[in-house]
Amino acid sequence: MTVAVAAELGLCLCHRCHKACDLNASPHTCPRCGAHLHRRKRNAITRTWALMLTALILYIPANVLPIMHTTSFKGDSTATILGSVVTLWRDGAWDIATIIFIASVGVPVTKFLVLGLLLCTVHKGDTRSRRDRTRLYRGLELIGYWSMLDVFVAALLTALVQFGALGTIEPRPGILFFGLVVVLTMLATLSFDPRLIWDTDTHDD
Amino acid sequence: MSDNNQLIICEYCDAVYQRPTLARHQQAHCVRCGGLLARPHLFHVDHLLALCLTAIMLIGFLSFYPVLVIRTGGQSHAATLVDAVWALTKGPTDMLALVAAFSIVIVPVTQVALLTWLLGFAHFRQRAPGFRGCMRWLATLGPWSMLEVFLLGALVAVFKISGRIDVLPTMGLLALGGLSLLIIGMAGRDVQRLWDELP
Ligand SMILES: [Zn+2]
Ligand SMILES: [Zn+2]
Ligand SMILES: [Zn+2]
Ligand SMILES: [Zn+2]
Repeated sequence: MTVAVAAELGLCLCHRCHKACDLNASPHTCPRCGAHLHRRKRNAITRTWALMLTALILYIPANVLPIMHTTSFKGDSTATILGSVVTLWRDGAWDIATIIFIASVGVPVTKFLVLGLLLCTVHKGDTRSRRDRTRLYRGLELIGYWSMLDVFVAALLTALVQFGALGTIEPRPGILFFGLVVVLTMLATLSFDPRLIWDTDTHDD
Repeated sequence: MSDNNQLIICEYCDAVYQRPTLARHQQAHCVRCGGLLARPHLFHVDHLLALCLTAIMLIGFLSFYPVLVIRTGGQSHAATLVDAVWALTKGPTDMLALVAAFSIVIVPVTQVALLTWLLGFAHFRQRAPGFRGCMRWLATLGPWSMLEVFLLGALVAVFKISGRIDVLPTMGLLALGGLSLLIIGMAGRDVQRLWDELP
């Protein structure tokens, strides 16, 4: 099946208002919303690599440093992300442990792997399974922000548990690095242009 | 403008199609990459405005009413959305408080404000002053609203400390759920049609 592609028809999708703009009539700006037109997101590959690698580096302190500090009459304790998952699991709260594990380890690691895969295959000009790779990208868009979960849990626990019989919970730097990782991977996903997957040649698989 | 208003381009692979006429519950997908091209609108513009006003009431409610309450002995502690953001400023995580403030307070409130402005004028079949700018901000803010993640976070927090203590989920949680659903429903694709409907 052959499908017409925007470039062949002299068209360009406006990234802001999603109008199909005629490049012959107005080559630089969208007549409807005034946005500057570009056929592909600018420097998509470089930006995505840069953001992803920064996120990958920050993911190390996010896992090594403690995310929370609890002070109570039973004594002090600090917990890392994985440490808190293990504690929850031991206490029998395997369902919460699973949710937190998926949000803080599963989702970020999946994002790193998928972004890496997309960037490498686009770089090589791979023509195989383009449909599946586009689907992977849409998956990234969907799961992106759910890893923020642990940040909000930490924030709520800190707000609730203060000077009561429970003791005090304070946030620790690990959670800061983790939050930055989530923001950076979201920015990386937004910078990538899935149309690059299809730019390899003109005919379909 | 021109007849290419009848054309749509797939945002994932650049394939070009004629705009389809869709029945209820039908969706158009790209044959090349499977991406969603178009779906019929869920709501009439005036219904969107009503939803928007509901969202304003929920925001008002959530700014005073706590999302979670815990009770130990005689003491009780309550946390609103803003308390949760504020808690992150204690200790070495100030920067994260900014991220949290942005994603669960500033973005949702701005989205609802922009929508009210746009839809209020759309009710009288007019483009609001600053229409282009408002539409642009709505599209930019879209991916950064995280109320639904915060909602899941609140539920996790309940279970995390409920072994040791009484945690009471409140009406605040319900309001939060309602608000996140409203924002997903209104600020998504549905509002982009104002470009077409208000020439
Ligand atoms: Zn435009
Ligand atoms: Zn130009
Ligand atoms: Zn641009
Ligand atoms: Zn497509």
